[in-house]
Amino acid sequence: MTRVVFLIPTPLRPYAAGRSRIEIDVAKDPPALGDALEALWEAAPGVRDRVVTEQGEVRQHVNVFVGTESCRWSGGLATPIADGAEIAIFPAISGGVC
Amino acid sequence: MKTVRLLVGTTKGVFFLRAPAARAAWQVEGPHLPGRAIYSLAHDGRGGRQRVWAGAASMHWGAVLVPTDDWGRTWDEPQEANVKFPADTGLALKQIWQIAPGLDEEPDTLFCGVDPAALFRSTDAGKSWEVVRGLLDHPHRERWQPGGGGMCLHTIVRDPANADRMWIAISSGGVYRTSDGGRTWTARNAGIRAEFMPEKYPEFGQCVHKVVQHPSRPGRLFAQNHWGLYRSDDAGDSWQDIAHGVPSDFGFAMTIHPHEPDTVYIIPIQSDMVRVAPDGKLRVYRTRNGGRSWEALTRGLPQRRAYDIVLRDAMTTDSLEPAGVYFGTRNGKLYASNDSGSSWRLAVDGLPSITCVRAVVADDRKPARRTKARPSARR
Repeated sequence: MTRVVFLIPTPLRPYAAGRSRIEIDVAKDPPALGDALEALWEAAPGVRDRVVTEQGEVRQHVNVFVGTESCRWSGGLATPIADGAEIAIFPAISGGVC
Repeated sequence: MKTVRLLVGTTKGVFFLRAPAARAAWQVEGPHLPGRAIYSLAHDGRGGRQRVWAGAASMHWGAVLVPTDDWGRTWDEPQEANVKFPADTGLALKQIWQIAPGLDEEPDTLFCGVDPAALFRSTDAGKSWEVVRGLLDHPHRERWQPGGGGMCLHTIVRDPANADRMWIAISSGGVYRTSDGGRTWTARNAGIRAEFMPEKYPEFGQCVHKVVQHPSRPGRLFAQNHWGLYRSDDAGDSWQDIAHGVPSDFGFAMTIHPHEPDTVYIIPIQSDMVRVAPDGKLRVYRTRNGGRSWEALTRGLPQRRAYDIVLRDAMTTDSLEPAGVYFGTRNGKLYASNDSGSSWRLAVDGLPSITCVRAVVADDRKPARRTKARPSARR
């Protein structure tokens, strides 16, 4: 069992019962980011639909960091997750509308 | 007392405008769903409802349909996304371009048109949505191409006399018709020119921007094309060019008079390469004879240095007599006419870029007078 902490950005907290942090135990050992996210979707399915498309891909203007590294550069959903890892979801700066 | 409400979608939220039946001065409130692009709005007044649906897209978090039953005081934001492509399609929703409540005899049916081009149907008043497979699996799909707004199914036209028949329009795919409730679809573009293709009159692939129909004349259609104005008198089997006397037949917006089936409104744009009002004059063009001739409507509209344009769903009419006609511009101006378009007033300025406008006439009863609050007996 691997324990991870998800940091939920303010716009997504209505879909996470108002929580800014969600601690989750991931059954798969050792887990990848995709396994940890699946565990998060179980706890907060509304967050899933905002972070990934219905095809399971992280949305273009959303960044998911494992520690301080964006998963785009660390192996995507296959990024390995260590016990106690902090996984942060951020709206990308590319997504604003003027 | 009759009240007219305008539902105004913008790139940054929904605004509601409200006026008494004279429609001379408007109260504005909003934005609702702030920060999200609202490319589709619809009012569903069937079955005693007063429901407004908004197709709300966040560039970050995706698109969902959000209803309100109390004119925006509360919105029923879905926890899980309500319009989703099945996994086997490999497709992901980008934008919701059109929301169309069903006919009166099917009060729990709604349709929505989306990017990537597909039609979704709900038969439980919007609680769940299912993609219409007959169109999704159409063999033409692989050759449809995206326009500037994506590859969107932006127009849904129901036949009020035949629940099995409807038309949809895709940019760029053209007009498709079903006569069996969506199981099969046939391209219906004969006579519509595809200026951007080597073959000018292909079976499909046209960039039809809007199609309208008067409910009293099912199967008689008008279309504003990416270059070209057309009418079909045979349910889309053939189309005739009706661009007689307009400064440009390029444009997006088209709407039809609520009581006069021969009266149609458009707002021309200079060209696809120069998308501004022709000659710096913001003009609505109206035909009252089914497209044999068009007249410019200019009274109250800027006729110098006006470069506003109007998107495909940003012009509409109300159901009063004389009819109200309304349009919103990319520059955030909302113009209103209370005399079928003969004269116009700037109802509100300074909104975000306007993407869609809908009008609802409601019988608003005066709210009961509030009694003064009494101090509570309990301490």
